[in-house]
Amino acid sequence: MSLEVILFFIFGFVAAVAAVMMITRNNPVIAALYLILNMASLAGLYLTLNAQFIAVAQVIVYAGAIMVLFLFVIMLLRPENEKKFLESNPKIKIFAFVVAGFVFVQLIYIIFFSAPSNILQKNLDASVQAGTIESIGNELFRNYVLPFEAAGFLLLAATIGAILLAKKKIE
Amino acid sequence: MTITIEYYLILSAFMFLVGVAGVLTRRNAIVVFMCIELMLNSANLTMIAFASYLGSSVGQLFVFFVMTVAAAEAAVGLAIIIAIFRNKLTVNIDEINILKW
Repeated sequence: MSLEVILFFIFGFVAAVAAVMMITRNNPVIAALYLILNMASLAGLYLTLNAQFIAVAQVIVYAGAIMVLFLFVIMLLRPENEKKFLESNPKIKIFAFVVAGFVFVQLIYIIFFSAPSNILQKNLDASVQAGTIESIGNELFRNYVLPFEAAGFLLLAATIGAILLAKKKIE
Repeated sequence: MTITIEYYLILSAFMFLVGVAGVLTRRNAIVVFMCIELMLNSANLTMIAFASYLGSSVGQLFVFFVMTVAAAEAAVGLAIIIAIFRNKLTVNIDEINILKW
């Protein structure tokens, strides 16, 4: 087995288990910590896919900034623990899992039916070249300047909106 | 044995549906928000996988934009949750029903 296979199975297993653990914990702080584990293992998967820049951005932006924000809010509000998982309203929850399982089977069917690996064979050189900061920067500042500016404006609007919403009173 | 793109797509589908199940079953607004982040992440994984197998950096660029939108969404959404908590002293979405008809 090559290193890529081993790394995929390790990171994929950790990501899947962390996702399941996240939705079944009734303490929100522990759920947030499992989500951070999930994001860190996703960053590892991005590295095996030769997306170095996105892997670093994932750790800094998601596992760093966004999750710290979540933990801050959880610890500020100190929400009471939910009831034990599946204890309240078990019928609705079982219905939700049946729906999710049904859609999952459909997706698996579509993935195997269309078999994208017949068309998409990995070209290692092109893949490594695509993930470098150089090629991403070229693409971003040549062909996608307007979306980049729009994203900056969106962040400004979100900052102002968050301050306004969380302020105590608007005079 | 080589890792084909189907492996990544299946992992991504699994994570997305775990997120869907979390949104439908959890009652804490902050945890529902984290499940939405999980779903965004699984979509990101799909885009990175396709970008890598196609040898194109456009997919990675879109992941970059998705991260921007996720950061904005988290900031505004958590501010809304704080504002609701200040008024109702709860983040349980079963008790936040003032917009219900």
